[in-house]
Amino acid sequence: MSKVLVVLETAGGKLRNHCLPGITAAKQIADARDLELHLLVLGADDSAAKDIAPAGYGAKMVHTITDAALEPFTSEAWADAIVHAVKTLEPAVVGGTASSVLRGALPRAAAILDAPLSAEIVAVKSGDTFTRPISAGRALLDEKVSGDLVFFTARGSEFAPAAAAAAAAGLAAVEGASVDTRGVEVLGIAKTESSRPALTEASVVVSGGRGMREGDNFKVLEELTDLLGGALGASRAATDAGMVPADLQVGQTGKIVAPNLYIAVAISGAIQHLAGMKGSKTIVAINKDEEAPIFQVADYGLVAKWEEALPALIEAVKARQG
Amino acid sequence: MTKILVTVKRIPDPDESLKFTDGGLDLSSVKWVPNAFDEYAVETALRLAEDVANKKKKLAEIVVLSICPQKQRQHMTQFLAMGADRGVVVDADDSTLDTAAVAKIIAKVAQDEGADIVITGKLSQDNEGNQVGQRVAGLLGWPQACFAAEVDWDQGSNTLKVGREVDDGVESKKVPLPALITVDLRVVLPTSVRNGVNPADHKFTDGPRLASLRGITMAKRKKVKVLSPADLGVESQGGESTVAVNKPPARKAGQMVGSVEELVEKLATEAKVL
Repeated sequence: MSKVLVVLETAGGKLRNHCLPGITAAKQIADARDLELHLLVLGADDSAAKDIAPAGYGAKMVHTITDAALEPFTSEAWADAIVHAVKTLEPAVVGGTASSVLRGALPRAAAILDAPLSAEIVAVKSGDTFTRPISAGRALLDEKVSGDLVFFTARGSEFAPAAAAAAAAGLAAVEGASVDTRGVEVLGIAKTESSRPALTEASVVVSGGRGMREGDNFKVLEELTDLLGGALGASRAATDAGMVPADLQVGQTGKIVAPNLYIAVAISGAIQHLAGMKGSKTIVAINKDEEAPIFQVADYGLVAKWEEALPALIEAVKARQG
Repeated sequence: MTKILVTVKRIPDPDESLKFTDGGLDLSSVKWVPNAFDEYAVETALRLAEDVANKKKKLAEIVVLSICPQKQRQHMTQFLAMGADRGVVVDADDSTLDTAAVAKIIAKVAQDEGADIVITGKLSQDNEGNQVGQRVAGLLGWPQACFAAEVDWDQGSNTLKVGREVDDGVESKKVPLPALITVDLRVVLPTSVRNGVNPADHKFTDGPRLASLRGITMAKRKKVKVLSPADLGVESQGGESTVAVNKPPARKAGQMVGSVEELVEKLATEAKVL
């Protein structure tokens, strides 16, 4: 029986949480096609696969390819491993959450296998037709992928995280892979140190824009962020101006977020920013310019200068939290 | 001399509103503009090739490649006017090609041209596929460095050191040439691209450069080779096809509040998010 294969990412012997929505999307495709769900774990050893198999996530099997060259991640070695897994396991569909890892490795593998790929899907319409946003989220494309083998990446904010299943998945090694990093060297990742939740996983995001004027002014946003247990974000105008690090950028050219509460402060609401946060459940906009386009997507808009509104907002939230 | 191939595409002006038809988009009257990420890609190539102390000396030849109807290549002229040396147009309506075919065309041209570096934008602002560059690298068997925010060319070791924007921060990756990079926005900040010849702290003008008057005149004299997908032996298999294009559901109309107190009250009792 053919299968849907989900490529997972791990860290420290554990599944990375952002992979869970990709499993959900794959399960929907598997159900629509009446196929089995299988998982693929790549790494230097099989400790993470052993940790994932008992939780199952509705999958029949967890397959692993172990090779020292698979860590640290490179698209080159990962694509080789994925290609080998596909040739061995013969899935009909391969995919996972649209992370920077799979955005790099899956299209490369799809090209080597001459297969189509539907990118950043937000809904499964049928076994071969998926919905994905285009033109900065201003339109939704229903795209059909054809062939014996198709790939997808799923937008993490649009599918619920898969839950552990009652039944464990089986565990099997895929042998015989030959992976090649093509001479690349990963020198390290400069992480943005933060005690806050990841932008893409936070339930509250507080973002600042050009109107914050300088980096120091983000301190008041950080206070509100921490009070709400959220993550700090920014518009492109703010990151371009060097007020905050680039990886805080929310938008078409940054991170796509969909928290329960998104608070946009001094952000005008360029199309490319809206593309990154329109999926949020409740949007609050605070801006001194009542004509700012951000108010058109906001559930609650307040025309005010941030210098006045934010301290008051912090006090009011504190009072409510007791 | 090192050869850099840069892929460029035209897109409907992202600042104009979309015209929806029944299940599709009406593109008949749109204004076509260059894809912003491709402007960043060409700017990256120009900075790699430029010796700021001696503008006549070039460290690389820059070829821009576009798949478009050959009579609609104004965007190509703009990139030549920015400073690219010559162009290749593959005469086809790119919307009729699947992603695999687009990548095969680019890979074939890269091979035929003997390119050392291929630079693409990380995505096109209209289709947002974010996969063509990765596919080209896969087809060529080359290393890839996607979502580049910083590029450092070490001509001695013939490598590029690339700062890549990944979910956790910025990954530093060294790739031997020939290699492919896809570029993100921050690659056009003033000090993001270094070539070992210009002073490391040299500041380029922020953003992609504008074409000079002289550049525009020169562009008309630059060579543009026109090919067809068939010349390159590529045929689209229709891997991805459009079933429908729809307007996203509108958000429920919001409300303006008069004060911070009212905002907090509504967030707590109405939206129940506090």
